[in-house]
Amino acid sequence: MIFLKLILTNLRRHRIRSFISIAGIAFSVAAMLTVVTILQGAIGMFSNILSSDSEIVLFERNVSDLFFSNVPASVAGEVAKLPTVAHADPVLFGIVSSADHPIITCFGVTPQDARIRKATWLAGDRVDFGKSNGDVVLGSRAADFLNAAVGSRVPIGHGTFHVIGILKTANGFEDGGVFMPLAAAQNFFHKDGSSVITVKLRNKDDAAAFKAQIRQAYPSLIALEDTEFSHSYSQFKILKATAWAVGGCGLILGGLGVANTMIMSVFTRIREIAILRVNGFSNVQIAAMILGESSCVASFGAVVGLTVGIVALFTLKHVPALDGYVDASMKPLLMLVVVLLALLTGIAGALYPAAYAMRIRAVEALRFE
Amino acid sequence: MIGIATDPTRTGCLVLRAEGVWKSYDDGAIAVLRGVNFEAAQGETIALCGPSGCGKSTLLHLFGGLDTPDGGRIVVNGVEINRHRNLLKLLRHEVGFVFQLHNLIPDLTLGENCLIPTVAAGTNRILAMQRLHHLAGRTGLTHRLNHKIQKLSGGERQRTAICRALMNRPKILLADEPTGSLDENTSETVFQLLLDIAANEGVTLLMATHDRGLAYRCDRFLEMHDGRIYEPRPV
Repeated sequence: MIFLKLILTNLRRHRIRSFISIAGIAFSVAAMLTVVTILQGAIGMFSNILSSDSEIVLFERNVSDLFFSNVPASVAGEVAKLPTVAHADPVLFGIVSSADHPIITCFGVTPQDARIRKATWLAGDRVDFGKSNGDVVLGSRAADFLNAAVGSRVPIGHGTFHVIGILKTANGFEDGGVFMPLAAAQNFFHKDGSSVITVKLRNKDDAAAFKAQIRQAYPSLIALEDTEFSHSYSQFKILKATAWAVGGCGLILGGLGVANTMIMSVFTRIREIAILRVNGFSNVQIAAMILGESSCVASFGAVVGLTVGIVALFTLKHVPALDGYVDASMKPLLMLVVVLLALLTGIAGALYPAAYAMRIRAVEALRFE
Repeated sequence: MIGIATDPTRTGCLVLRAEGVWKSYDDGAIAVLRGVNFEAAQGETIALCGPSGCGKSTLLHLFGGLDTPDGGRIVVNGVEINRHRNLLKLLRHEVGFVFQLHNLIPDLTLGENCLIPTVAAGTNRILAMQRLHHLAGRTGLTHRLNHKIQKLSGGERQRTAICRALMNRPKILLADEPTGSLDENTSETVFQLLLDIAANEGVTLLMATHDRGLAYRCDRFLEMHDGRIYEPRPV
């Protein structure tokens, strides 16, 4: 108890300094948690686009971005005829812009595509999709920011399109996107094929055989199961690395704050540490006291940071402009990793101060005023 | 007389012995101790007088293992203090320190300050509390155990420091001008307490002091100057 009190006493003694250190760790934890969760959510959403009623993605081998992938138009039909395949849907991804919105995701799909079949149609009729290449269907958020309703004509990119339907999906990219008939999209983006083909198998156990079949029949294409795709797609890797790097930088800054605080803490307690030494405290006990203090700072910071992060994500999720783009569901493993990183940062920040405290000589320190 | 030996007929076994102890600072430019010889027996009370800077505190620090001599030997309870010796054991169980300034931790209560040596030594909590209450009773501090240090008088603080020094039942109590910052009456109270505790607990008391009136009341009175210890002839 007294040992714990010695640790907590110093935190109470310099409340402002302790508060600033805790805030530093808290904001680092909140930043890491928020950035990683948002980006993982975004990755999850993009993965969900591809895995909508399918389990395999087929695209051009060795492309860095699916927007640059071009799967020949004939492949979708050939793949669909394979006995193991339930259905194969070509999807063409593109980015277009309108007057006030520089980035609008565009999906070129067939009327049979799961996105069209399974979405909630707020206006318009599904059977009309694909009848005319000048027709588009908007996600509900896209309809909002384009001020469009069924029957409107909306300028998108270098063309103007007739809105025949508005649909609602849980996915932010889809809900803020434009759905064109595949042929219209091919014409719009000057492509003769599609970006990917999403494939649903009759039996999931045939996945390995199907991939081997594709490898043999189409050497320039690659087929990946959804989970494989999420783990191997270079854009996702870059996004994940960026998220952890940004969060890591935040934690390093927090750790430097802890180091600064702990150094000051040791300097202002030199006499006290000397007293403890004279009374038989060992180097290990002195170091444990300093590391205990920094662990307390890091623990408080982690708890506050988790709370701030959760509140921030909840708030972002409910900002109308971000509706559907932020997936605020936090994974327990991520929370655990972030808390452990915060604790490690706190302890790392106190290593030098602890080593300094261990070197304090009682005889000299007792003369210290 | 250079080299002070205790009178074996007057006291028990030796608990502290220094043989030709040298200590200097600034790479030898300031020689503080120049071959000090000294012996103390169990239960003896010894006063060490001398002008400021003569090396009294340095000698106490060496005896307590807080500093190391440049030359000579120091033996505590039959074991030489050197770099191979477990100095922590020495500090925890064999010597207790009382300084001129009480050196208590202000944010802790009187009782908590006294318990610090037991925390360091990992003493059983129940035994530590029993010892605390015993010493608090002896020093008249029982009613103050839960009080913060700021609320104690100078005498109470120094009595607390004495309690703390005795918590782990050391065999030697090293007191560096323990009454130096107290008024006359309080000095008398604290000094008498030190003598009583030394007598009752069988502790060897080595006290550096400027107060010759108090010093003459110890079993032995030693003078220190020019880096050596002298025992004045009785008047």
